[in-house]
Amino acid sequence: MAGDDAAGGGAAHVTVDATGMLCPLPIIELAKAARGLEPGTEITVVATDLAARVDVPAWARMTGHEFVGEKKTDGAGIALTVRLR
Amino acid sequence: MFLDASGSAPMTNRTLEAFQAGLADGWADPARLHTESRRARQLLDASREAIAEALGARPEHTHLAHSPHAGIERVTAGIFAARRGRDRIVASAVERDAMMHAAHHVAGGTLTVVPVDARGHVDLDSLATELAVPDVALAAVQHANHEIGTVQRLDRVAEVAAAAKVPLVVDATASIGHGPAPQHWDALVANPADWGGPAGLGIVALRPQTRWLPAWPEGDDWAPGGVLVPAVLAAAVALQERREVLDETSLRLHRMIARVRDAAASWPGVDVVGDPDERLPHVLTFSCLYVDGEALLTRLDREGVAVGSGSACTTSTLEPSRVLAAVGALSHGNVRLGLHPGVTDADIDRLLDLLPRVIADLRDEAGAPEIA
Repeated sequence: MAGDDAAGGGAAHVTVDATGMLCPLPIIELAKAARGLEPGTEITVVATDLAARVDVPAWARMTGHEFVGEKKTDGAGIALTVRLR
Repeated sequence: MFLDASGSAPMTNRTLEAFQAGLADGWADPARLHTESRRARQLLDASREAIAEALGARPEHTHLAHSPHAGIERVTAGIFAARRGRDRIVASAVERDAMMHAAHHVAGGTLTVVPVDARGHVDLDSLATELAVPDVALAAVQHANHEIGTVQRLDRVAEVAAAAKVPLVVDATASIGHGPAPQHWDALVANPADWGGPAGLGIVALRPQTRWLPAWPEGDDWAPGGVLVPAVLAAAVALQERREVLDETSLRLHRMIARVRDAAASWPGVDVVGDPDERLPHVLTFSCLYVDGEALLTRLDREGVAVGSGSACTTSTLEPSRVLAAVGALSHGNVRLGLHPGVTDADIDRLLDLLPRVIADLRDEAGAPEIA
């Protein structure tokens, strides 16, 4: 699910493809991907589940990370990015 | 044990007896002229008067509707129709779906949603800004939220609405029968099923000066075809029964919810939602990280515990609760409690023993990571 991306500015960037998954699976995949990663790493979750829009920012708040923002994807999904602290 | 009483509380024996007595004595059509009808009419009028008195409303301005939803639809359409030339409705982000749907239907694309803070209180500055534009037909701000329990500061909301000369429609369907009735409104909607009366009945109270026009074919009749007289009688008796012990019950349930709030806040990965103090005594919602809301409800139901949920997987639309989204709360793994006066401390003990185990089991089964 998770893969390393080339990212600008030196910060590591990981993408989690949660397309087609229903809540709470996108958040579980996000949490699994975050394990062991360095602070400053950005993780983008791509999801089609409407709850992810609410739950990714809430996950960041509850686990002490930072929600960066959301963007529409080319497909039917939404890309939600967090920065690990 | 039944812990999902918000919006549909079990009826007490006294209410059931009133319902049965109403069926025996008030079965006739109250609109006709013979003795049987007059008896039904007397029961209906006395019941409506008792309900109006509890709401702080005039009986002649207290209307019965076929459901709280129907009441919300009619009052929204009726006030909108009397505000000719003003075509926008302003509503708080935590209003019920029924209110949002009614507002959207009546005002079309000109519905403006005012944000709330993280505890669910409507943003008064945003509200004032929206109401300052002279195209607003009405403002809808609820008394208390049916999911998160937060009670709005209606005195200040009403000041803002009055300053803009905009009628304030207050949805009190979650609060009447659980504490003092709100005083600041131009129109009020109540739900008898929420205080232990029968379902299928809504109450709309208007101030004498609140202008409305019938936006429906039946003129002054808010419940075309009539209402079930025994249901109105049972609703009045249930509200009376609640009010006789209102302070005690409210204090007892407030403490029970405080216990659950504190316990849930101490469990790892649990997001407790709503205002801890300015809230309904009997309502609480919290969300559990990495837990499937539907599985949680099903597991608890198997253990004989009925709770509600606002998680997407438990709703017919598969969309998460708009209320949870509006306050920025976690939406999955959501548990919604609505206590009724029959809930005991032993019930809460059992719930607090059961929940952490069920949550841990479901996280294990989902392969969720440890929570730091």
